[in-house]
Amino acid sequence: MSRSFPDNSVGLVKPQRVDFEQPIRLINGQELAQHSLVYETYGELNADRSNAVLICHALSGTHHAAGYHSHEDERPGWWDLVIGPGKPIDTRRLFVVSSNNLGCCDGSTGPNTLNPATGQCWGGSFPQPQVKDWVASQRRLADFLGIERWAAVIGGSLGGMQALQWTIDHPDRVAHCVAMAAAPGLTAQNIAFNEIARHAILSDPDWHDGDYLTQGTLPARGVALARMVGHLTYMSADGMSDRFGRELRAGSFDPESDSEWVFQVESYLRHQGSRFSTQFDANTYVLMTRALDLFDLAAGASDLTSALSTAKAQFLLISFSSDWRFPPSRSVEIRDALLAAGKRVTYANIETDDGHDAFLLANDHYERLLYQWMQRVGPQ
Amino acid sequence: MSRLDLNTVSRWIAPGSSVLDLGCGDGAFLARLRDEQAVVGTGVEIDPDNIIAAVGKGLDVIQEDINDGLHGFSHRGYDVVVLAHALQELTHPHLALKRMVDIGEEAIVSFPNFGHWVCRFYLGFRGQMPVSRAMPLNWYDTPNIHFCTVKDFIALCSDLHIDIVEAATVAPLGQRWLARWWPNLFATSAVYRIRRAAC
Repeated sequence: MSRSFPDNSVGLVKPQRVDFEQPIRLINGQELAQHSLVYETYGELNADRSNAVLICHALSGTHHAAGYHSHEDERPGWWDLVIGPGKPIDTRRLFVVSSNNLGCCDGSTGPNTLNPATGQCWGGSFPQPQVKDWVASQRRLADFLGIERWAAVIGGSLGGMQALQWTIDHPDRVAHCVAMAAAPGLTAQNIAFNEIARHAILSDPDWHDGDYLTQGTLPARGVALARMVGHLTYMSADGMSDRFGRELRAGSFDPESDSEWVFQVESYLRHQGSRFSTQFDANTYVLMTRALDLFDLAAGASDLTSALSTAKAQFLLISFSSDWRFPPSRSVEIRDALLAAGKRVTYANIETDDGHDAFLLANDHYERLLYQWMQRVGPQ
Repeated sequence: MSRLDLNTVSRWIAPGSSVLDLGCGDGAFLARLRDEQAVVGTGVEIDPDNIIAAVGKGLDVIQEDINDGLHGFSHRGYDVVVLAHALQELTHPHLALKRMVDIGEEAIVSFPNFGHWVCRFYLGFRGQMPVSRAMPLNWYDTPNIHFCTVKDFIALCSDLHIDIVEAATVAPLGQRWLARWWPNLFATSAVYRIRRAAC
C-alpha cells in the first residue's frame, strides 16, 4: 500500500556509501586495508558548510535515522521523532548526516561483509572496533563530505558516548555536542548485562565461533535471548507495569484452567527478540556490546575533567528520570566534569517512565528542550 | 524586569563577569546581564518549563535542586553567584550561603524583609502570619518556608564567617530614606553583597 508521508517527515531517503581506500589502524593495533561506511543525509549542506550535524547511533542502531526507504515502509527511521522539517533537529536549516558505524551489519564494513584477504565473510574474525575507532572513521566521512567542523554531533546512549568522544578526539571539529542517556563508562552491572547477552549468543549451537554465515546458519535463539535481556534494561519497572501489568495475552486466571499462559510482557519480549534475531547480525551484537564495555571517556587522562578539558564544544546533556541503565547520576558525572573544566553546558533530567529508551520516545519536555537548545546550532 | 532588587544586583556585577544565577527562573535576568553587561551566565533551575524558556534565550541552564548542595560546582568557579529572592524557599539557607561564597568570589543575595513594619503590624495586631501584595501566600501553602529579617541575615553572616561587602534596601518611593536609616523596619527587600571572610 503506497501512502503519503507526514508534512514534518524528511520523506523518502536513500542510503549512500563511501569507500575509504586508506588503511585504518584500530585502537587494538589491527589494521583494515580499506573500509566502507553507509550513511544517509537529510536537508541541504549550505554554501560555507557550517550547518552540518552528525547523528551517532546506539547499540543496535543504523544509519537510517529519519524518513522512509519506500512508500511501503511501515515505520520511519529510528530517530524520526526529532529529525525533520520543523523538528528539534530541523532539516529546513540543518544538513543532517547519519552514519552506520564500522563493524555494524547494515552495509558498513563489518563481520557480515567480505574480508578481501580471504574472499570469505569476516564472521568471528572481524577486529574489535572501539568508540574512538568509530570517531576516526567518521572523521574520514567528514573529510569526504568537505565538513571541516560539525555544527553539532548528537547521539543517545552509546551514540551519546560517541558524540562526547568526538569533542575530545577532534576538539576543533565539533561546535556543539548533545549526549543523552549516556555515561562516561560502564558500571559492573552494565557489563554484566552485556555479558549475559553475549553468553546467550556464544552458547547457541548455531554460533560456530562466529562463522555461522559460512555454515549457512544463524544463532537466532541466542540473539533473540540477548535482545530480550537488553530490551528489559531499556524499560523501567513502572513503565512496564503501566504498559503490560499482569495482563494475559493467552490463557486464563481461572483456577480450573490448565491452558498455556502467555503474559503480555512475555509476548512482547518474545516478539522483540525474534524480530531482532533475523534482522541483526550476531557478531555485530557481540562487538557492539564489547565496544560499550571498553568505552572510557577518561581513557588516557588523569580524570574525566582533564579528559574533557581540551574540548571546545558547547554541551547539552539530557538524562531520563527512570533510566536505570545509564541513570541521571551518570550524566551528572559528565556534567560536573564539564563544569569543572569550565565548559559551557546545559543539563536537564527529563521526568518520564520510559526508561533508557526515553530518548527515542515522544515527550513534551524533552522535545521542547532539544528544540530550544538546537536554535543555537548552525548559522544564526 | 520590574523587581527593584535586581537593579541593585546588576549594578554590583562587573561587566564581563561569570555569573551563576541560582533559581534563574525563565532566564530573563541572566539574559539581560548577558545583553547589557556581557556577562557569561549559567542558570540553576528546577522547573522544566523555566529551563526550556531560559534555554530558548540562548542560556546555559543546569537542572538542579539548590537544596541538594550544589556539589557539582567547583571552588571559585564563578566571579559572582546570585540568589535573588529565593533564600526564603530553601530547606537550609545557611548551607546554601556557605556554598555560594565558596563557589563564587562574591555572592549577591536578595530577600524579602520579614522585619518590615507591615509584617510586624500584621503579626503584632492581627496575630496572624502576614498576607500582603508582596507576600500573597498563606503560611500553609507557600514555597517561602524560611522568612528572615535584615537583622537575622546579618547575624547569620556573622555566624558563618561571611563578610558583608555592601548592602542595599528596597522600599516604596517615599520610604527610601527611612529604609536607608532603619532597614530592618522599613526595607521591603534587602540586597547583600557578601564574600567569605579572610582567615
